[in-house]
Amino acid sequence: MNIAFREIQAKQGYWLTMLVFGALAGMGVLSALYMEHNGHIVTGMTNQIVWGLPHVFAVFLIVAASGALNVASIATVFGKTLYKPLNRLSALMALTFLAGGLMALVLDLGRADRLVVAMTQYNFKSIFAWNVILYNGFFAIVIAYLWTMMDRKGAPWYKAVGTFAFVWRLILTTGTGSIFGFLVAREAYDAALLAPMFIIFSFNYGLAMFLLILMGLYKGDNRPLGDKLVNRLRSLLGTFVAASLYFTLVYHLTNLYFTKHHGLEAFLLLEGGIHTQMFWVGQVLIGYVVPMAILFNPATRGRGWTVIAAVAAVLGGLAQMWVTIIGGQAYPMDLFPGYTVTSSFYDGAVNAYSPALVEILLGIGGVATAILLTVGASKVLRFMPERLDDETLAALHGKH
Amino acid sequence: MMAKSLLKKGVGVLLVTVGGLFGLLSVAQAGVDIPSLPPAKSAGKCVEDTDFMRRNHMDVLKHHRDDTMRLGIRTTKHSLKGCVECHASEKSGSVASSKEDFCVACHSYASVKLDCWGCHATKPGKKPADHPSAALGATRAGGGK
Amino acid sequence: MIPHEKSPADNSMDTLTTDTATRRDFLKAGAVVTGATLAPGVLFYGVAHSRPADAPASAAVRWGMLIDTQKCGDGCKSCVTACNEENGLSGKTGPQDSQWIRKVDIRNLQTGAHHELPMLCQHCEKPPCVDVCPTGASMKRADGIVLVDRHICIGCRYCMMACPYKARSLVHEPLTEQKPDVPRGMGCVEACTFCVQRVDRDESPACVEACAKDGHNAMLFGNLNDADAPIAKALKSMASTEVRADLNLNTGVRYQGI
Ligand code: HEC
Ligand code: HEC
Ligand code: HEC
Repeated sequence: MNIAFREIQAKQGYWLTMLVFGALAGMGVLSALYMEHNGHIVTGMTNQIVWGLPHVFAVFLIVAASGALNVASIATVFGKTLYKPLNRLSALMALTFLAGGLMALVLDLGRADRLVVAMTQYNFKSIFAWNVILYNGFFAIVIAYLWTMMDRKGAPWYKAVGTFAFVWRLILTTGTGSIFGFLVAREAYDAALLAPMFIIFSFNYGLAMFLLILMGLYKGDNRPLGDKLVNRLRSLLGTFVAASLYFTLVYHLTNLYFTKHHGLEAFLLLEGGIHTQMFWVGQVLIGYVVPMAILFNPATRGRGWTVIAAVAAVLGGLAQMWVTIIGGQAYPMDLFPGYTVTSSFYDGAVNAYSPALVEILLGIGGVATAILLTVGASKVLRFMPERLDDETLAALHGKH
Repeated sequence: MMAKSLLKKGVGVLLVTVGGLFGLLSVAQAGVDIPSLPPAKSAGKCVEDTDFMRRNHMDVLKHHRDDTMRLGIRTTKHSLKGCVECHASEKSGSVASSKEDFCVACHSYASVKLDCWGCHATKPGKKPADHPSAALGATRAGGGK
Repeated sequence: MIPHEKSPADNSMDTLTTDTATRRDFLKAGAVVTGATLAPGVLFYGVAHSRPADAPASAAVRWGMLIDTQKCGDGCKSCVTACNEENGLSGKTGPQDSQWIRKVDIRNLQTGAHHELPMLCQHCEKPPCVDVCPTGASMKRADGIVLVDRHICIGCRYCMMACPYKARSLVHEPLTEQKPDVPRGMGCVEACTFCVQRVDRDESPACVEACAKDGHNAMLFGNLNDADAPIAKALKSMASTEVRADLNLNTGVRYQGI
């Protein structure tokens, strides 16, 4: 038996979704144009907090994009047939979420009009330049991967391309993590652990997003989605959340081990105000404790609970990005170890940041774009299996 | 005004080649009327043959830009500051503040948008005589590319 | 007709043009209509100069600065004012304003010893900003001056994240009335250039000149590679420090007295 894929139907729900996310994406673009016109003075970003909310959303989306591909990788590389019907949606989300993330990142550039320069001139020493290449390559490879899934002619390459895509995505997330990992001057990022930690985070955020989109699309299009599959994905998400928590622990414990990082740790964990709250309430409580409590508890197996857990994991992911990106910059750089430092340029001071509406809209615009593209593409091409109920999957099981 | 500017940026951001289309349109009209340019201030010739400059000033400028910026070559012959000093119009004292100004007249006609003036002064600075950098090495300017 | 050459560093100028050939045709048409000849005779003065204007900056030179914190005046900000004046900075110190040089007050946590010093781009031999810049806009000239080529800067601010000295600023708003010698503009990152426009005409940076004028003489500028230069001699005979020496960046700006 073969699984049948079909486009989603253009019913009221579809148009409503497109309208809402289209409007949000449009607001994001408008905010970016407003920023381009007036300069970054209209944002909350400063010469101290140089990367702000757009980067929180953008990096989250990019990391989630590579994580979303995981479901397909599990099917292709690790031969888990249960996940095979999901591989198209998984690959599609890898593309759309990367697009949404890059949109937020690019539109935040001081000179977004010079995008062509970024695409044509590379300084190969720069991790950023490598990332541009990795992103472009990712698009190409995942499109090829989709082709091997969706076109008979491509089928013979399915496994090879899928494996390549899997390796590429690992490198890509390493690259994203390394954007921060190579900033030796800043204490928060001075850790080799950042890159592997980002890979684990990507599994977590990507799967949480995947579950939400999967459940949303099936519900919206009135298609059967069996518990068997959802519960598998649930426990997988639980594992990834737990792994994220583990890496977070190790990261902070390693920092606590080195005396020179005590100031930073005290800041993030105790005295950092909003950043401390983002860490404990956002990243740890909402991002780890809540999803784990739900996902590992047999009593909370309902779809509603799963949605709550996945949403919490996503919010926790955004909080984590806030702590990493903004918290890491808010903590003053130590120019003169052993001295207190003051200056007109805010040396030695904890840097304040309050995001402006345009930044929030741009960030949300990136997320909306990712969702808009996913839903839109599912309407145009056959990304989604007609049915994913338990019987269909059982019939499929064992077949390759 | 702002909406127009926003639109301009939007075109850049989205990399739409609308500019190209306008360019084609203006070429279609090229034979009809050519914008009249304000005369150069100093009695003299342009830094290269006028006809050559007309066609190649962008390459000349770009080459000199990279020479100065990246290599530190400070010849004045092809310097943008030089263009501004000679070509600033009588009326506005600038090369790019009004529609008739030297660097704008042709460009708006050909739909070329320059970002140079967001950074570079459109009016000459101090008089060339007490302007050391303008004076510097002019004797060697012939070799400057 | 001279062929349209594309240099390897071809960039921003072409970013928005797609129809080079057709626009050039317009120029040919224009050539027929316009075209006048003016008499030659623009007069310039030759100036004695150690590096000819048409010669590129050379790696035989490495520009550097030695700052004596003992001589740095109590609360004196002449260097900052002079920099703002020379480079056309507003002098405002809000979190979104550019500061190319700033006075920093430091106090030793143990001994309470207090020093003041100007902090500026340290013009590292191995600048992290240059390493991280995706387009190559952050660059180091052959003579060691670290600059932002604002013609290809996309405003990503990765260099600002990477700089250990917080030496860089993003221009957050549209600027007007820039100095002809010092173009600056919105959306690009900028920093101290060692007053490259002055150095290239054999003058020292504005801050150094102002410091000397005020009688402090706390800043010494010169060629680190020239054994006879006062700065090289001073560095050879006195103890000096690099800020964040642990990063091994071999800074061009060094401090004594801390
Ligand atoms: C010494 C003064 C001087 C300098 C410096 C100078 N020009 Fe000229 N330029 C002239 C004169 C005089 C003409 C001839 C005007 C005419 O033919 O009406 C001219 C003509 C031109 C033309 C052709 C205009 C037409 O009539 O079609 C262009 C384009 C041009 N210059 C660009 C530049 C650029 C770009 C620079 C800087 C690299 C520059 N010029 C520097 C004096 C100067
Ligand atoms: C974001 C700011 C910025 C923009 C936009 C900009 N420049 Fe520059 N430009 C600079 C800086 C900074 C320098 C270096 C000045 C120096 O070192 O003397 C420079 C130098 C130059 C020089 C060499 C110095 C001179 O006066 O000849 C040329 C030529 C030049 N630019 C051409 C251009 C042209 C043409 C454009 C528009 C297509 C442009 N620039 C746009 C910032 C800018
Ligand atoms: C005779 C008309 C004319 C005049 C005068 C003129 N330009 Fe141009 N310029 C053009 C045309 C047409 C183009 C487009 C050519 C192309 O696309 O290859 C152009 C292109 C340029 C470009 C490249 C822009 C891009 O986006 O590729 C620069 C830089 C430039 N001009 C600078 C100047 C400056 C500075 C002045 C004033 C000193 C000036 N031009 C005066 C006609 C003119």
